[in-house]
Amino acid sequence: MLSWIDTLLQGVLLGGLYALFAMGQALIFGVMRLTNTAHGDFIILAAFAGFSLALSTGMTAAAAPWVAMALLLPIAFAAGYGLQRFVLNDTLGRDPLPSLVVTFGLAIVIQNVLQEVYSADPRSIESGGFDTASIALSNGLAVGTLPLLIFCIAVAMAVGMQWLFDRTPIGRAFRAVSDDKDAAELMGLDHRHVYALATGIAFLLVAVAGTLYGIKTTVAPTDGPALLLFAFEAVIIGGMGSFYGTLVGGIVLGVTQAIGFRFDPGWGIWFGHIVFLTMLVFRPSGLFAKTR
Amino acid sequence: MLTVHNLKAFYGDFQALFGIDFEVSHNEVVAVIGANGAGKSTFLRTVCGLLKAPRDAVRFEDEPIGGLAPGLIVRRGIAMVPEGRRLFSSLSVEENLLMGAYARRPGPWSLASVYKLFPILEQKRLVPSPTLSGGQQQMVAIGRALMSNPKLLICDEISLGLAPIVVKEIYDALPAICADGMTVIVVEQDVGVAQRVSSRLYCLQEGRVSLTGRSAELTRDQVSKAYFGV
Repeated sequence: MLSWIDTLLQGVLLGGLYALFAMGQALIFGVMRLTNTAHGDFIILAAFAGFSLALSTGMTAAAAPWVAMALLLPIAFAAGYGLQRFVLNDTLGRDPLPSLVVTFGLAIVIQNVLQEVYSADPRSIESGGFDTASIALSNGLAVGTLPLLIFCIAVAMAVGMQWLFDRTPIGRAFRAVSDDKDAAELMGLDHRHVYALATGIAFLLVAVAGTLYGIKTTVAPTDGPALLLFAFEAVIIGGMGSFYGTLVGGIVLGVTQAIGFRFDPGWGIWFGHIVFLTMLVFRPSGLFAKTR
Repeated sequence: MLTVHNLKAFYGDFQALFGIDFEVSHNEVVAVIGANGAGKSTFLRTVCGLLKAPRDAVRFEDEPIGGLAPGLIVRRGIAMVPEGRRLFSSLSVEENLLMGAYARRPGPWSLASVYKLFPILEQKRLVPSPTLSGGQQQMVAIGRALMSNPKLLICDEISLGLAPIVVKEIYDALPAICADGMTVIVVEQDVGVAQRVSSRLYCLQEGRVSLTGRSAELTRDQVSKAYFGV
C-alpha cells in the first residue's frame, strides 16, 4: 500500500517536470499555431547553458545553479524574442510546413552544435547535494527536495501563466492575435512583436525547465526529442488553451509513467504513450480544452 | 479630410480598382454603395492600410498615408469596423472594447461612453463575444472602433446579415456618434439605408466610381444604373 502511495507521489512530482516542459510549447502553439519541433532541444540547450554559466560563476555548488538560472532568464527571453522576430515569423502562414521544417532543422543544428562543444558525454549541473536531498514524510515514505521544488515551481508557473493570459493586457493581446491577426492589426497591434513576446516568455519557461532538468539528472546533447515528445503528450492530454490543463496533463503523464516503471523498468515511457494514444482516440481535444 | 486620388489596387495580376477618386470632409457622413465585387471592401482595406497603395494616393488631413501599416493609420485617427465584425472570439465584450483602445488617442470615447451609446453592452460586458446576437456583436465592433477615438470612422457592411429592425437600431446611434464632430464613411449594399443615413454617396461598379452626388437628390433610376450597369 505504502509503495503504491510512493509511486503515485513520485509520479505526480515527475509530472510537474513534464508540465514545465510543456507550458512553453503550449504558449507558442496557443498564440501562433506554431509547432516548435525544436522545443526539447531548446530545453537541453538551456540545460547546457546553465551548466556552463554555473561553472563560470565560480561560486559554491550550492549557489551556482540558481545564480546561473537567474542569469539565463534575460538571455533566454532575448533569444526567444529574436528567434521569433527574425526567423520564425517568416515561416508562419496558412501552410504549417515551413515552420515545421525550420524548427526541425534548428533541432538538428542544436544537437550537433552541443555535441561539437560539449562532446557526447552526459553532464549534470552540480548542486552540492541538493539533487539527492529528501524530506521524510513518514516511516518508509520520502520525497526528494528537488522534485518537490520542481513541482511547486510548475504549479506556480501554471497559475502565473494562466493569470497572464486571462487578466493582463499582454495576455489579452495574445488571445486577440491568436483569434484574428488581421483584426488585431486594425487595432494597432503589431502581430510580429506580439508573437515575439510570446516566444520570449516561452523561452523563460524553457530556461527554468532546462536548468532544473540539468540539476535533477544528467543530460546529453541528443536528449531533446524525447523531451519534446513528453511536452507534446502533456499538452494534448491536458487540452489546448488552458495552462491548468497542461499542468494536469503533465501530472497524468508522470503518474502513468511511474506506474509503468513500477511494473517493469522498461514499461514506464511505453505506459505514457498508451495513455496519450488512448486520449487521442477517445478525447482528442484533451481534458480541459478551452480552444479548438 | 480624406482625399483619395487615382487609387488603383491589385490582387496579384488581378486589378480590383481602376483609379478611384474620393473625398470626405470633416463631420460628413458619406456612403459607398455597389454590388458584390464592385471594389468597396478593397477600397476600404486600402485606406486602412491592409492593402498596399502608393503613398500619395491616399491623403488624410493633408498628409500622405497610402500604404502605411494599419497600426500607424489607426494612430492617426482612422478606425475601421470591419466587414463581418471580426470580434475576438475568445475575448469578452469588454476585452474586445479594450483591444480597440490599444492605439488609444485622446478623446471622448471610453468604456463608459460606449456603454452609454449601447447600454445592452454594459449588461453583457463579461460575456464571451460569440454568445451575443448579431446586432449586439455589431455594436461591440462599432464600440471597439470608437475606443481608439478616431476622427474618421469607417463602417464596412454593418447591416450585413442583420434584421431590418436591428439595422435601424444600430444606425440610430449614428447621430450620437457624429455629435462630437466625427466623420463617417459607411459602406452598404442596401441602397435605401445608404441614402437615408448619408449626405453624399459614391457608387462603385467594377472598380470605378460610377456615380456620385448628394444622397437625397439621386433618383432611383440613376442609382440602379450606376449599381448594376444596366
